[in-house]
Amino acid sequence: MELTGSQILMTILKEEGVDTIFGFPGGAVIDLYDEIMRAEIRHILVRHEQGAVHAADGYARVSGKVGVCLVTSGPGATNTVTGIATAYMDSIPMVVITGQVPTQLIGNDAFQEVDIVGITRPCTKHNYLVSRVEDLAKCLKEAFHIARSGRPGPVLVDIPKNVAQARTEYQPVGKVSIKSYNPTYTPNPKQLQKAVALLKTARRPVIFTGGGVILSKASPELTTLARRLRIPVTASLMGLGAFPGSDPLWLGMLGMHGTYRANMAISNCDLLIAVGVRFDDRVTGKTEMFASQAKIVHIDIDPTTIRKNIPVTVPVVGDCKISLTALNQMVQEDNLEQSMPPHGEWLAQIKQWRDEYKLAYQQKDVIKPQYVVEKLHELTNGEAIVATEVGQNQMWAAQYYHFDRPQQWITSGGLGTMGFGLPAAIGAQVAFPEKLVVDVAGDGSIQMNIQEMATAVQYGLPVKIVILNNRCLGMVRQWQQLFYDKRYSQTIMDHAPDFVKLAEAYGATGLRATRPDEVQAVLAKGLATPGPVIMEFIVESEECVYPMVPAGRPITDMLLV
Amino acid sequence: MSPEKHTLTMLVDNEPGVLSRVVGLFSGRGFNIDSLCVAETMDPKVSRVTIVTQANKPLLEQIEKQLRKLINVVKLRDMSDDRAVRREMALICVHARSENRDEILRLVNLFRAKVIDVASNYYTIEASGDEDKMTALIGLLRPMGIKKIARTGTVALYREPKRGI
Ligand SMILES: Cc1ncc(C[n+]2csc(CCOP(=O)(O)OP(=O)(O)O)c2C)c(N)n1
Ligand SMILES: [Mg+2]
Repeated sequence: MELTGSQILMTILKEEGVDTIFGFPGGAVIDLYDEIMRAEIRHILVRHEQGAVHAADGYARVSGKVGVCLVTSGPGATNTVTGIATAYMDSIPMVVITGQVPTQLIGNDAFQEVDIVGITRPCTKHNYLVSRVEDLAKCLKEAFHIARSGRPGPVLVDIPKNVAQARTEYQPVGKVSIKSYNPTYTPNPKQLQKAVALLKTARRPVIFTGGGVILSKASPELTTLARRLRIPVTASLMGLGAFPGSDPLWLGMLGMHGTYRANMAISNCDLLIAVGVRFDDRVTGKTEMFASQAKIVHIDIDPTTIRKNIPVTVPVVGDCKISLTALNQMVQEDNLEQSMPPHGEWLAQIKQWRDEYKLAYQQKDVIKPQYVVEKLHELTNGEAIVATEVGQNQMWAAQYYHFDRPQQWITSGGLGTMGFGLPAAIGAQVAFPEKLVVDVAGDGSIQMNIQEMATAVQYGLPVKIVILNNRCLGMVRQWQQLFYDKRYSQTIMDHAPDFVKLAEAYGATGLRATRPDEVQAVLAKGLATPGPVIMEFIVESEECVYPMVPAGRPITDMLLV
Repeated sequence: MSPEKHTLTMLVDNEPGVLSRVVGLFSGRGFNIDSLCVAETMDPKVSRVTIVTQANKPLLEQIEKQLRKLINVVKLRDMSDDRAVRREMALICVHARSENRDEILRLVNLFRAKVIDVASNYYTIEASGDEDKMTALIGLLRPMGIKKIARTGTVALYREPKRGI
């Protein structure tokens, strides 16, 4: 059958099970957009291409599907870069389709020409410039395959206008196989045996989970392992929800703003089982001191993460779910819960750490941001999908919204992209129209992609935005407050728009709480109001996120309140 | 652990942009490149890239893993030890005055090099060999006055087994 490039794109999208894409049109993609009108694919028109990528990202994080966006060449393409880098750092499966100037103009500084393949090479898992329509189907199929397999990530496909217009005999590609790309899913059983052997002598074990557990949907297996052997669990920011936050074995988050007991447990454990993590510096602090008494088992699908930052005793390259399933089986066969040395003392020690220092704040006459998040948790029964912006708001959401299940928590961990939360929440809401989706925001970050309010209103996506308005770029101000003698250089932002009026201007609902006794009512009303709602909370401006480990210090060097 | 020289060779897809993926990986991650050679193999769809880098053991492990992770890298081998042969080549334009012409020709013979161009005052020498040999030759020619020099990076191949030899 003879098809145009545009028709091939639609055919492959359908084949890959894509029912929704996020995008923004332009000259170089006008043919693709012409075809979309006829295809049975829902297109969400964002207001800025960065919003499209974050929305596709949020969609992918909660649904586990590949997020797809479509943008034009030049500025459309460059506007996606932050979003792509965000997805890359957090290993989110995504396909970004960019238009390109016609092949005969490439290299001529043509109107709206930019070398997007060159620009995104270091922040994509892979990318393609499709120079012949005959290659289009194969490139697109490979793009989806690469995006979702192994350690997932964003793949960009750059399609010149004349390639979209050209016709070719379309032949289905069938199953993709790439000679040089074969991720290792099944771990080497010998390595797992070594892990079991270490468990047999461990007296102070800890499990540490990251985004990989969420991505490979390994929460049930992880929970089984931890509960069967009664091993306490901590997580990176990306791993929250992999293990229930309400379980007594839960230690809280680890690292720079981790809990006292999690940081103490890591620093004193004798065995660390790290699953789907990459030992980011925000987690490890000073690497030489990180888990320095422990033997480390590191399970990850990406061999480059192993021994990159931290030396490990037992490397296990494999998919988290498959690896944990195999490990659980060995544990069961060995009847390890009987043969493991008892570690009641260790659990008692952890309990003591828990009692020594708990996450805490005092709600007096000004609204505390932590209080807002805690109330949000209470009023939503801990069941909302929570997206965040970046900064203090993000850390308080991580600390006080005790996530019980995976794919409930959407945050830009690796890149820390302000402006991520609102479009990501929109993407999550598109994936799950019936679920409650909340964006916990800062007054600074929300202004970075506030234009997406129009998208939310247009498509009737009832995202609820909780702005913790501290009138400043709080997290940077916190560093200045603690380490730069309160020299608040360019972090005080007392010229924000009136967020209530702004919500109304977009056709949404705006609510505001200025006193602690208004918090509950505003949250309750906002959550019950149909359609998108901005709830603004005027919070304490000099509040800090505690505990805090100053960058580069051992994680036991915690500043506590 | 002090860094050592390593010769890494890889087979890569012979497609536009692939070299820039390899080189971009080195610059982006702060790995070092001492030299770099690229050319097509017998299979026109595949190129061979040879990179000499300096790294200690953990860093080398990381470089190799990162390279293998590139979708276009088909195969990668460390060719730093005796199981491989390594060669580089240089064109050396040296000042050839009457009093040292004989000495230059003697060195050319000794190093099994060739004079490939003769000008009124200069010889251009083509030499190849492993890194030590090249360094030695250049060292010996230097006092006579090297006007210009063009050196390639290292290329390497694994030795085939020597059964019955
Ligand atoms: C795009 C981007 N620019 C700058 C930063 C640096 N940064 C990190 S947190 C932060 C402050 C964010 O302010 P706000 O959104 O009000 O959140 P708060 O910390 O006050 O809760 C800044 C500027 C960033 N992470 N992302
Ligand atoms: Mg703020």
